[in-house]
Amino acid sequence: MTSKQTKAGKLGEKITGAEALIRGLEMENVDVMFGLPGGCILPAYDPLLKSSIRHILVRHEQGAGHMAEGYAHVTGRPGVAMVTSGPAATNMVTPLCDAFMDSIPMVAITGQVSTSAIGTDAFQECDTVGITRSITKHNELVMSAEDLPMAIRQAFHIATTGRPGPVLIDVPKDVLQNTMSWNWPTDDEVADSLPGYKPNTKGHTRMIKEAAQLILRSERPVLYVGGGVLKARAADALRALAELTQIPVVTTLMARGAFPDDHPLCLGMPGMHGTATAVTAMQKSDLLIALGARFDDRVTGKVNGFAPDAKIIHVDIDPAEQGKVRKPDVPIVGDCRLVIEEMVKAIQELLQGGTSQADLKPWRSRVSGWQEQFPLTYEQSEPGGPLKPQYCLEKLRDAAPEGTILVSGVGQHQMWSSQYWRFNEPYTWVNSGGLGTMGFSVPAAIGAKVGRPDKTVWAIDGDGCFQMTAQELVTASIEKIPVKIGILNNSYLGMVRQWQEMFYDERYSEVYLSPDTPNYVKWAEAMGCVGIRVDDPSEVEAAIDKANSINDRPVVVDFRVDAREIVYPMIAPGTTNDAIMLPPSQSGRKEFLK
Amino acid sequence: MSGSNPYGSAPTHHMLSVLVQNRPGVLARVASLFARRGYNIFSLAVAPTEQAEYSRITIVVDVESAPLEQIVKQLFKLIDVVRISELDPRKSVERELMVATVKAGGTERAEIVELVNIFEGRILSVGADAVIVSLDGSPEKLDDFTELLRQYGITESQRTGRVALPKLDTATKVSKALNTQGKAK
Ligand SMILES: Cc1ncc(C[n+]2csc(CCOP(=O)(O)OP(=O)(O)O)c2C)c(N)n1
Ligand SMILES: [Mg+2]
Repeated sequence: MTSKQTKAGKLGEKITGAEALIRGLEMENVDVMFGLPGGCILPAYDPLLKSSIRHILVRHEQGAGHMAEGYAHVTGRPGVAMVTSGPAATNMVTPLCDAFMDSIPMVAITGQVSTSAIGTDAFQECDTVGITRSITKHNELVMSAEDLPMAIRQAFHIATTGRPGPVLIDVPKDVLQNTMSWNWPTDDEVADSLPGYKPNTKGHTRMIKEAAQLILRSERPVLYVGGGVLKARAADALRALAELTQIPVVTTLMARGAFPDDHPLCLGMPGMHGTATAVTAMQKSDLLIALGARFDDRVTGKVNGFAPDAKIIHVDIDPAEQGKVRKPDVPIVGDCRLVIEEMVKAIQELLQGGTSQADLKPWRSRVSGWQEQFPLTYEQSEPGGPLKPQYCLEKLRDAAPEGTILVSGVGQHQMWSSQYWRFNEPYTWVNSGGLGTMGFSVPAAIGAKVGRPDKTVWAIDGDGCFQMTAQELVTASIEKIPVKIGILNNSYLGMVRQWQEMFYDERYSEVYLSPDTPNYVKWAEAMGCVGIRVDDPSEVEAAIDKANSINDRPVVVDFRVDAREIVYPMIAPGTTNDAIMLPPSQSGRKEFLK
Repeated sequence: MSGSNPYGSAPTHHMLSVLVQNRPGVLARVASLFARRGYNIFSLAVAPTEQAEYSRITIVVDVESAPLEQIVKQLFKLIDVVRISELDPRKSVERELMVATVKAGGTERAEIVELVNIFEGRILSVGADAVIVSLDGSPEKLDDFTELLRQYGITESQRTGRVALPKLDTATKVSKALNTQGKAK
């Protein structure tokens, strides 16, 4: 024991496990956490009273998890959620899985029954570590107060390094109550305690050189950019690479904003509801440069028909992604930013050494031909006709203050959000990609606003999604977190309705909700928000202006949109990306997609 | 287990030697990873190593070689996994232990004792009309022994699953494919 001082207290000082837990979070520079107390975690809520950490009291633990995710998305720092044992821990399962699928750094702290009661089916006991094992990057049951500081240090280290992800620490009640002597492990001690954890960040030099040569030789290359580029904070490096080589870029649902949508090289989103140009460019490509992307089935369509002529350069920090779906020709395990920077250097060296790049003009002109022929489009209503969801998005986009963060739920509205917004900055798009969690957007928007109070945060939600987690707007009102929610209310579980229309001959089964019940305006008001209802296209702009002008409380806008609208383009599940279905106004031109 | 030679050189069998941190739940992590990703474990042996903070898990998995690479990479992602080597049976020493209760009345008893002696096994327990024998050795030797005992009637038997280490002359080399992946997640 020494008498050395840490930021949060004297080393060797006798304190409770609960105090050590809160001190540990302070040491990790946690400024805000999301949670809800209960029996087993109670001891930890007492030292919180005198802590510098802001605690946001949620109305459902799932909300705490998604708020932590939203916070992490926009700040790049780990989101923290703290809840009690049993039902609270199981309420965290969805956000943990969501964060795991989308590689979001997050630390969840759950209470557990006292060590002597573990295994006895005690009140509110559940096997939290067992339940969350396959949906966390790591989890740990802490059996002694003395071990808490190391567990916290490991959790933050593991959550934020390598491929980020959620880490859960399960803390029994007596561990929180027991006395320990305050300690704070050094970086070396943390590293030594994890001999099996050494993420490889620097790419293999020879592989990077090989990739550079392949890039310069290719005639139809495409940069296939995934969420890993954002995680690695590699947007600038990516831009340098794209501009140096003049290779077109597609940004997946998880990577929207990693490359500016208004850049001439940007082709938009690939995949099931991607732009025809992004999808086709990948199909016809002779080289896909996959950067922090994981060849998700929503991007590839039927795998054995995906980009059949393309060689693959695959950069990913997770070696298990290499070859999981498609065998790469040049695998590079490393951090996207470091690898892309090295790649740029390697290409510059080759160019200076006299190697010339293949002529990309024919490819670029083919690609821009597709862009001209197949822009995203929808049929505008006749005057007096129904309100179109895409129109609402265009108006929202055009009125949004600079740097607005857009959050979405899951369904048709999510795809339209990704399609019709213009993402020109990284970290302005927050959504649930891998798990596709309905109910994500309201709490995630709250977490995003807490992380970036300086920015306007709009959530575009579906009426179905909204009803899953809307109660967190009570949290937002009480905590003065002025988010803005636009419900694209089509009175349906619209995306499911779309599949039933297209693949089940319009046999609609259990997808109708109701446009009026609940009454969204009254519900919003009951939760302390401003509620606005929009029925007609002519009301859209005024409603958006009003919502944008309110900054002292949350706003909910109920956009009554056309229920029959379909998301186009679409690639039917199980088909190859060549079978892309275009909007009716373009389907006659399909032969142009050659 | 299927067929008379379950430990034979089935082409889909691969032996992984997995060094793990000796922490609570580590076996559950490994086992649930296999279950979650749909990989088959053929046999599994776990015990602490010469260093108390590590355990070694010897797993025989039943897969084609392409998924094997995925298994290894996914295993590496477990924080408690420190090192993985795929052991080539030709370049490793393998041992397994079996015990079996064999019917042994009258003249058969002497024959069984002789067989045990030939195989350098042991008699662990003797009853009125049965004996319990044990044998350790390569899995193939155990297969042969089992075959020969079968005619007398095996009433119960248990094998440990194989444990293995690389032979000394190649002790530092893990299989090339596994070596180049490095340790990262
Ligand atoms: C928790 C959860 N349950 C079910 C689904 C399946 N699902 C995907 S989209 C969707 C419909 C969403 O409806 P809504 O929020 O109204 O959005 P819309 O598609 O109408 O825009 C459903 C039920 C899901 N993704 N998540
Ligand atoms: Mg809907």
